[in-house]
Amino acid sequence: MRAFAKLFADLDETNKTNEKVRILKDYFTAVSDSDKIQTLALFTGRKPKRQINSTFVRNWAMEMTGIPQWLFEESYHVVGDLGETISLLLPQNTSTQDKSLSEWIDEINELGDLNEEQRKKWLTEAWSVMDQQERFVFNKVLTGSFRVGVSQNLIIKALAEISGLDSATLTHRIMGNWDPQSFNYPQLMQEQDASDDISRPYPFYLAYAIQETSDKAKSAEEMEEALGDPANWQAEWKWDGIRAEAIHRDGKNFVWTRGEDLATDKFPELHDFLDELPDGTVLDGEAICFSGNCPLPFNVLQTRIGRKNLTKKILADSPMAFIAYDCLEYNGEDIRYKPLHERRKILEQLQQSSSHQEVFRLSPVVNFKTWQELYDLRLTARENVAEGFMLKRKDSSYQTGRKRGDWWKWKVDPLSVDAVMIYAQKGHGRRADMYTDYTFAVWDADKLVPFAKAYSGLTDKEIAQVDNFIKRNTIEKFGPVRTVKPQLVFEIGFEGINQSNRHKSGVALRFPRILRWRHDKKIEEADTIESLKELL
Amino acid sequence: MPRKPLLEFNDCGIYCSAGEFYIDPWKPVDKALITHAHSDHARPGSKKYLAHNLSEEILKYRLGDIDLETISYNEPVTINGVKISFHPAGHIIGSSQIRVEYKGEIWVVSGDYKLEDDGVCAPFEPVKCHSFISECTFGMPVYKWKPQKEIHDGINSWWKQNLEEGKATVIVGYSLGKAQRILQHLDHSLGKVYAHGVIQNTQEALLRNGLNLHATYRITPETNKEEIRKGIVLAPPSSVGTPWMRKFQPYGFGYCSGWMALRGAKRRMAADRGFVLSDHADWDGLVQAIEATECETVYLTHGYTASFSRYLSEIGYDAREAKTLYGGDEATEADEAPVEIVDEEGDVIKDKEAVAESGGGEL
Repeated sequence: MRAFAKLFADLDETNKTNEKVRILKDYFTAVSDSDKIQTLALFTGRKPKRQINSTFVRNWAMEMTGIPQWLFEESYHVVGDLGETISLLLPQNTSTQDKSLSEWIDEINELGDLNEEQRKKWLTEAWSVMDQQERFVFNKVLTGSFRVGVSQNLIIKALAEISGLDSATLTHRIMGNWDPQSFNYPQLMQEQDASDDISRPYPFYLAYAIQETSDKAKSAEEMEEALGDPANWQAEWKWDGIRAEAIHRDGKNFVWTRGEDLATDKFPELHDFLDELPDGTVLDGEAICFSGNCPLPFNVLQTRIGRKNLTKKILADSPMAFIAYDCLEYNGEDIRYKPLHERRKILEQLQQSSSHQEVFRLSPVVNFKTWQELYDLRLTARENVAEGFMLKRKDSSYQTGRKRGDWWKWKVDPLSVDAVMIYAQKGHGRRADMYTDYTFAVWDADKLVPFAKAYSGLTDKEIAQVDNFIKRNTIEKFGPVRTVKPQLVFEIGFEGINQSNRHKSGVALRFPRILRWRHDKKIEEADTIESLKELL
Repeated sequence: MPRKPLLEFNDCGIYCSAGEFYIDPWKPVDKALITHAHSDHARPGSKKYLAHNLSEEILKYRLGDIDLETISYNEPVTINGVKISFHPAGHIIGSSQIRVEYKGEIWVVSGDYKLEDDGVCAPFEPVKCHSFISECTFGMPVYKWKPQKEIHDGINSWWKQNLEEGKATVIVGYSLGKAQRILQHLDHSLGKVYAHGVIQNTQEALLRNGLNLHATYRITPETNKEEIRKGIVLAPPSSVGTPWMRKFQPYGFGYCSGWMALRGAKRRMAADRGFVLSDHADWDGLVQAIEATECETVYLTHGYTASFSRYLSEIGYDAREAKTLYGGDEATEADEAPVEIVDEEGDVIKDKEAVAESGGGEL
């Protein structure tokens, strides 16, 4: 655990990519194979099952610190992370430990056999032999809230440099259904892929926005300059569903979402068409709700994603379809290396021979001769229930992860309104103990009605200024929330707007974020609820 | 009619009506007693000042030509029949707690303080009183400082590592207090200490005051970059991310502050190294200091006043929150905030500390 805690601390202390890779390499070279695979599992979101309810963890920690509950809660608000809060509040350790990460994880996995009293004893003893940093990392592993500020790409890069295997291969190998109890480091590193996991998906190929970080979409001229001859590009609408990979292998179906969740059971409507596909087929596309010939807005899909039980009513209200846009495996062969136009041909054949074409749909290719033509079409994206265009170079292979060059997103400009900040709350993680989460309001006659929360969009410097304003202009405090004197106006951008009965304002926004701080506007100049509803 | 309290909080600061003086006023007044020279406690514009004699030069440097009298620790004087004396607060050089006694009633204003002897300023001395006006910048139990030796050792070994890697070392801390504390505990066998203009000016003021500090060298446009790489640079928070700092490339940048105890704050600062070194008392320190005064009533001026006063009430004190302009609310970086305006070469265009901005804002 000491080496792992140090790894975590070291990674925290640098923002430089090369330095992070070096730290990871040093760590991976120094620890045992079982620690390597456990680390890889943790860093790729494969947490051990949570064996102790976090309420128990909290209560036992409180008992050990001897401070009152309210003070514990306040401390948590200041720190913004439960594992870290506990690690700071516990009395200093009097002895030390030198169990490895995998030994601790083994112990955690065996907690299921212990009763409550034994678990408590185990946990309090564990805490009393760890220093603050070890406790912090240990708590994160224990409570299943392990997140690390290192992208999977960096870990892959470090492992690739150690092993000599290339990054794309490693990225593929760590996809899917493995867990560190059954998959070991030598297996990962073999020359030939040793996996017999038929559910394993390919890493998604992801695109950057063509305008990069700018708020404004590129003009036709700028597109010409950036991408060249339109004849080399294929355009498709960018659908507003859930990116998914659909797999049919050995007579079995698997649907993976972009977040690497296996969601086969969430989309029963897709099973029939998948059953029909030849063995060894993998499709990339969008799982999306469809009614007749028309895709439904994202909030329809949203209502069913979180459900455990898909009732008849839900299935009737939000029927799913799959808009396919790529084929990654055909007849058991990985065809990602083939150019897009060849993969597209295979995909079209598969779709044409399907007897479920109302569910297995093709993402239509949008014809265009000039960038101006596409630019004008893009402005109709919202009418087409799309977020803009995807642009793909016709001879592009299917690559691994987010890459520039061959695939781009060309999204529509966000909708926007000017709104007044009225509530604020402290953030978490990097933003702990600063007011970074804001609620915004627009005018309804002479009242301000809250309609959206937004966390991002300001620079660190602006956040510091707003934080300072909030602390000096608090009207009331409700637990962690403060009512703030209405004075600051912000331009709020969002991707879509829907009616909502759950919100006071009657509307729900999709992806609200702060576009800019309108220093130039007074609160009287903020938008009204009517102008917001016109966008519905 | 109940008697007026000996000290009260009004629009201008902490006021003693019997003695007709203020302690650390935030608006200009006739007579100001100053606990220490940080900008949120020592503000310009008052007619007469009284401060500890080790604050003299630094106050003149920061506030200009002021009418200043100085005093030593434990040397009682009487102002309009009110007996006052200054006592070491252990915060920075010259920092004092101010004891006020009138008709048998004793109040102490802590200013800012820490309990650990930092080896630079006179260590904190508890002063018994009936009412104690205390800061609580770090008044949450998550703040517990490690012994300072561990931190100083950490700074030195990091410096050494940078030297081995051929990188410059830039260590950031507030120009008055933190900078001297870092300076005095550096391993001077490793190399020379170079200082940003603001820190060098502070250093020179302290030397004029007769303090004995390790030598520092002012960084000017002519200073050789190679030489700097063989030493260490002391820089104020305002220089972080400026072209002045970037010209030391390649360099490692370490930030010294109590706020570095929390991962969130540390990541926000994006320093290569965050050293948890504070000139304020931690949670245990605050509780211990308050106990040692044997006071009945505690007024909390800045920091986590709401939580800390609730805690003190629960353990039997009459604890109250006071609204002041010291340090601001909760986690603002009072005396650790960037307040100097510096040009590209590191020369101070305007020492904003002198305009007392740090606690500012709307009343």
